[in-house]
Amino acid sequence: MESPEIQLAYALDTFYFLITGALVMWMAAGFAMLEAGLVRAKNTAEILTKNIALYSIACIMYMLIGYGIMYPAGGNGIIPQIDWSNMFMFTSAAKDNSLEAVLASDGETYYAGLADFFFQVVFVATAMSIVSGAVAERMKLWAFLLFAVFMTGFIYPVQGYWKWGGGWLDGIGFNDFAGSGIVHLCGASAALAGVLLLGARKGKYGKDGSINAIPGANLPLATLGTFILWLGWFGFNGGSQLVVSNISDANAVAGVFVNTNMAAAGGMVLGLITARLLFGKADLTMALNGALAGLVAITAEPLTPTPLAATLIGGVGGVIVVFAIVTIDKLRVDDPVGAISVHGVVGMWGLMAVPITNTDASFAAQAIGLGSILGWVFITSFIIWLLIKLIMGIRVSEEEEYEGVDVGECGLEAYPEFMGARGST
Amino acid sequence: MKLISAIIKPFKLDDVREALADIGVSGITVIEVKGFGRQKGHTELYRGAEYVVDFLPKIKVEIAVDDPLVDQVIEAVTGAAQTGKIGDGKIFVSDLEQVIRIRTGETGPDAL
Repeated sequence: MESPEIQLAYALDTFYFLITGALVMWMAAGFAMLEAGLVRAKNTAEILTKNIALYSIACIMYMLIGYGIMYPAGGNGIIPQIDWSNMFMFTSAAKDNSLEAVLASDGETYYAGLADFFFQVVFVATAMSIVSGAVAERMKLWAFLLFAVFMTGFIYPVQGYWKWGGGWLDGIGFNDFAGSGIVHLCGASAALAGVLLLGARKGKYGKDGSINAIPGANLPLATLGTFILWLGWFGFNGGSQLVVSNISDANAVAGVFVNTNMAAAGGMVLGLITARLLFGKADLTMALNGALAGLVAITAEPLTPTPLAATLIGGVGGVIVVFAIVTIDKLRVDDPVGAISVHGVVGMWGLMAVPITNTDASFAAQAIGLGSILGWVFITSFIIWLLIKLIMGIRVSEEEEYEGVDVGECGLEAYPEFMGARGST
Repeated sequence: MKLISAIIKPFKLDDVREALADIGVSGITVIEVKGFGRQKGHTELYRGAEYVVDFLPKIKVEIAVDDPLVDQVIEAVTGAAQTGKIGDGKIFVSDLEQVIRIRTGETGPDAL
């Protein structure tokens, strides 16, 4: 390629990272709306605060140290070796790739380094966001944010290094195109550890074994959130092709977009049908979870399946998620939004489904990756959650839980005119 | 003077209002309430968990009238609010000891 062509390709691929990264950032809005819609009105402002705060903390922690852990100068495959003399937080656009360096790299340097960071940082935020829904309505806000500091600065980057940073999972042939494991199973594992130490919401489970419904306050928001996530996922999976500036990669990106869309549709339809068969009515929240499950399921491999296969892979995810939600409830593990089911259980299905359409992958390598991500994240998260619990406590008081964490943690209400005696003026 | 409280189905509010206007009732107060009588609740499922819908949304209409109008009001409300199905509601008639118009200070039937 000549210099103008190389420059154009560089600009296009850099632009592609930035745009798809911006789409993934938009998923933060999706999570915020989804969760706000599925919790009670008295707990809405707090979960919104959690969502926007965790996104910001993730960006900062990843900038400070996380990125350096995940894409280190070296390492033995398990423990990354950070280059302290070249910390990302001190870089700048002026220091990014020069024309000479790009031309000399013979195609290997084809995008701006800063664009790579931007694309990666939004994935960390996505993983962290998964935790916020599972611990909703009864966790102390600042305990959660403290956990976010460790999750985004350390726990996520280490297992990210193992695969995307060129570590040992990459070496054994583990496949995870856009992060069913590295992002979704990771988030769900951290969520599970937190929920086990946190306990269920008051009134969720009866002493006689009954499971009580606690309906969400705003299903329009929940639905909006799901659509936003669906849109953002085109960036999540589409951007993970990492290149668009030649024919074969452009075709691949198109295929990834199509499959991502089909998997969501398949998951949504089968999730709705499963809910209808199990519960007798069309539970919207299960339909929403079904669409998300379809998206999580295809995330490990959105390129090799045919559109029909992608629909089915997503569809299986939609069926699994309904059963997982009910089962996890039966185990008295309280997950108000189904995050552990959508991202954890279906994340595992997504990882194991890869070899079905990708002949380079093996069930063995996928299982090893699944186990190590789950093990590393769950154990380290459990330790951090436990330490936070011992130092400052992670659960709000019973009184605060009844009153609503909006008032207790945020000092305001999400829907002041619909609540209590204040009324409208 | 009497205070007539009618618990009716929410979608019947417009019909009741019109019927009351037709007989010359000038003012009403409307309150959103929940309740049940002999009408039992039913169960729904939310994400697989059962919950009982015991309290059903109703509207309470309060009308303060002079004694001569009471029978007409009862007839008007009953006619407008009735569907023949369970849950139509009830009308309560109680004595009104005193009525005051805040703007002018009028009392008694003049304030109605």
